[in-house]
Amino acid sequence: MPEDDRDRFEAARRAWEETYRSSQRRREEECTTTSGAPVPPLGTPADVAGTDLTKDIGFPGQFPFTRGIHATGYRGRLWTMRQFAGFGTARDTNKRYLYLLEHGQTGLSVAFDMPTLMGYDPGHARSEGEVGRCGVSVACLEDMETLFREIPLGEVSVSMTINCTAPIIFAFFLAVAEKQGVPFAKLRGTLQNDILKEYIAQKEWIFPPRPSLKLVLDIVEYCTRSVPQWNSISISGYHIREAGSTALQELAFTLADGFAYVDEGLARGMTVDDFAPRLSYFWNSHNDFFEEIAKFRAARRIWARHLRDRYAAKDPRSWMCRFHTQTAGCSLTAQQPEVNIVRTAYQALAAVLGGTQSLHTNSMDETLALPTEKAVTIALRTQQVLAHETGVANTVDPFGGSWFVERFTDDMERGAEDYFGKIAALGGVVPAIEKGFFQREIAAAASRYQQETDRGDRVIVGVNRYQQHEARPIEIMKIDRTPEKEQREHLAKIRRRRDAGRWKGSLEAVRDAARRNVNLMPSLLDAVKADATLGEIVDVLRAEYGEYREAPVF
Amino acid sequence: MAVKKAVARKAKPARSRRRSPASSASPARPPRSAEAPIRVLVAKPGLDGHDRGAKVVAAALRDAGFEVVYSGLHQTPEQVVEAALQEDVDVVGLSMHSGAHMTLVPRIVKLLRDRGAGDKVVVIGGIVPEEDVPALKAEGVAEIFGPGTPTAAFVSFLREAVRERREAGGSA
Repeated sequence: MPEDDRDRFEAARRAWEETYRSSQRRREEECTTTSGAPVPPLGTPADVAGTDLTKDIGFPGQFPFTRGIHATGYRGRLWTMRQFAGFGTARDTNKRYLYLLEHGQTGLSVAFDMPTLMGYDPGHARSEGEVGRCGVSVACLEDMETLFREIPLGEVSVSMTINCTAPIIFAFFLAVAEKQGVPFAKLRGTLQNDILKEYIAQKEWIFPPRPSLKLVLDIVEYCTRSVPQWNSISISGYHIREAGSTALQELAFTLADGFAYVDEGLARGMTVDDFAPRLSYFWNSHNDFFEEIAKFRAARRIWARHLRDRYAAKDPRSWMCRFHTQTAGCSLTAQQPEVNIVRTAYQALAAVLGGTQSLHTNSMDETLALPTEKAVTIALRTQQVLAHETGVANTVDPFGGSWFVERFTDDMERGAEDYFGKIAALGGVVPAIEKGFFQREIAAAASRYQQETDRGDRVIVGVNRYQQHEARPIEIMKIDRTPEKEQREHLAKIRRRRDAGRWKGSLEAVRDAARRNVNLMPSLLDAVKADATLGEIVDVLRAEYGEYREAPVF
Repeated sequence: MAVKKAVARKAKPARSRRRSPASSASPARPPRSAEAPIRVLVAKPGLDGHDRGAKVVAAALRDAGFEVVYSGLHQTPEQVVEAALQEDVDVVGLSMHSGAHMTLVPRIVKLLRDRGAGDKVVVIGGIVPEEDVPALKAEGVAEIFGPGTPTAAFVSFLREAVRERREAGGSA
């Protein structure tokens, strides 16, 4: 800017500031984000004074990908609309999937029930009351086969939210693909397979961190060799946020997990470009619009910089932070549940403006029960309106160059780097887990959020302001029959039917592979084909690896 | 990578405050005075690991002057009841999100009763469909607190409920 212009600009800025400060109508209290970060009233060029336009912001599809991983943004391809679903038996869920695909959903996302997530068969005492409740029960190969009946696995991409039992569930899936005649090279999809965030936030684990990490890397290694289009880990901030973290903690802890997986892969002798292109991320999109957008943009830049500069990755695909986003379940209210449709729409908009590759929009009734078909349809339609009516998909990264958003993005990156330093000082992610660092940080943030809500400092529409006292119940989904008995009998039938010798031998082979510390995937694939059940395989591994117990903190 | 067989460490419940072990777990315990701090077990039965609510409630109760014991995760009904007796609590707070409440909660209430601890105030926090509420109350659950409940609401409920029980129990 010529000096004259600069002077005029500075004078105008000062005049604004004076008017702003002396305004009687200005809100007195400090404005902060949902996460408690201070928010300036206005962005100005001073916010990006130190920014290098090419190095820090650049262009879509170019390092450091602040503006997106594709040069074409959503003009090339829209995001994948992927609704997480599962309940009851495999037959029930298969019906829901066929319904969703028929209504324009473009990918599947499997929700498993608690026993499947935790490695107990229906019929085990710990499964009682939980079979088919929060998701679909999958305990044997035949269940997985039923789940994908009439769904061509070579065409539809499938995401599976599964962690401590991921190698076994993946083995079921691969065996079904084989039965459908689909070559592994054609399979597209994602396993969550992110055990670190389980210890940090979601708390679904079986084994201690070291053997669990070994299993995660078994899948990574196996995919690298045999299932090349599969996303081997979906490194998840979603659950960290749901457990109560701030946006910055979500960003920092999750990327720290991602780096830890890269370190593990390297320690196993893989080269970074062998597996980093198939690592993907999974973020939460909460209420604070700009904070979320800044978080998504910062995530891409941080990952790119670390992968290229710290890990010396050469393949640009290793630098790209590809991600799925889900709107924030924890932001939904049981009070006036229809209002959740509005919250979800804003959160979805932030995810799209942040450049997500795929998106799940929550249904309005999810604080009350599993969603009804009607609620799920509205949630999917919310994405379709965004994609086809609002025009937001037409311009790539429309907030790029906004002084405010660029500065917010920088702040997020800097804050995350501070956290990386703290985690490193504790000895890395696993020691930090064992010392309860993440758990304490998240619990403190969750308590702060609750206190702010209790005091009314944080307004939640319908909860602490604009309450409506007459109860206006909405229809919720009822699982009228429990599939527990049915599943138990089904498993009993399979146990009677299977070739006992082959079954026993296959479990021995799994035990042997665990003892020899080799990749478990081939032996797991043999075991599931011999009709070994999920719980039986977990029992073998539990005997080898032991169980994890967390020291509870609050 | 060397994977060593790990021995499960026994996780101890987290306590808000230390107290002398001699005062707990005595079957013939003297009735507690009406003014004694209220002791609460916050427990997480079942396989679900969503512990945000349990921890926020535990911290809020501690801040309100209660003595809080948090069980940690993945507890069986037997473990919950054992902890309630060991810790000699007035209140058992159960955090439930997975839909297993109709199986797990009645079992916990019955086990408490069978072991002579039917006087403990049992409450649930989390997600319980409206239609299940009458059945749970009939089983002996004192109250169910759904999402969005302000801290003050459950704090005052528990104070009142425990005061009533202590008075009914014959102490001052």
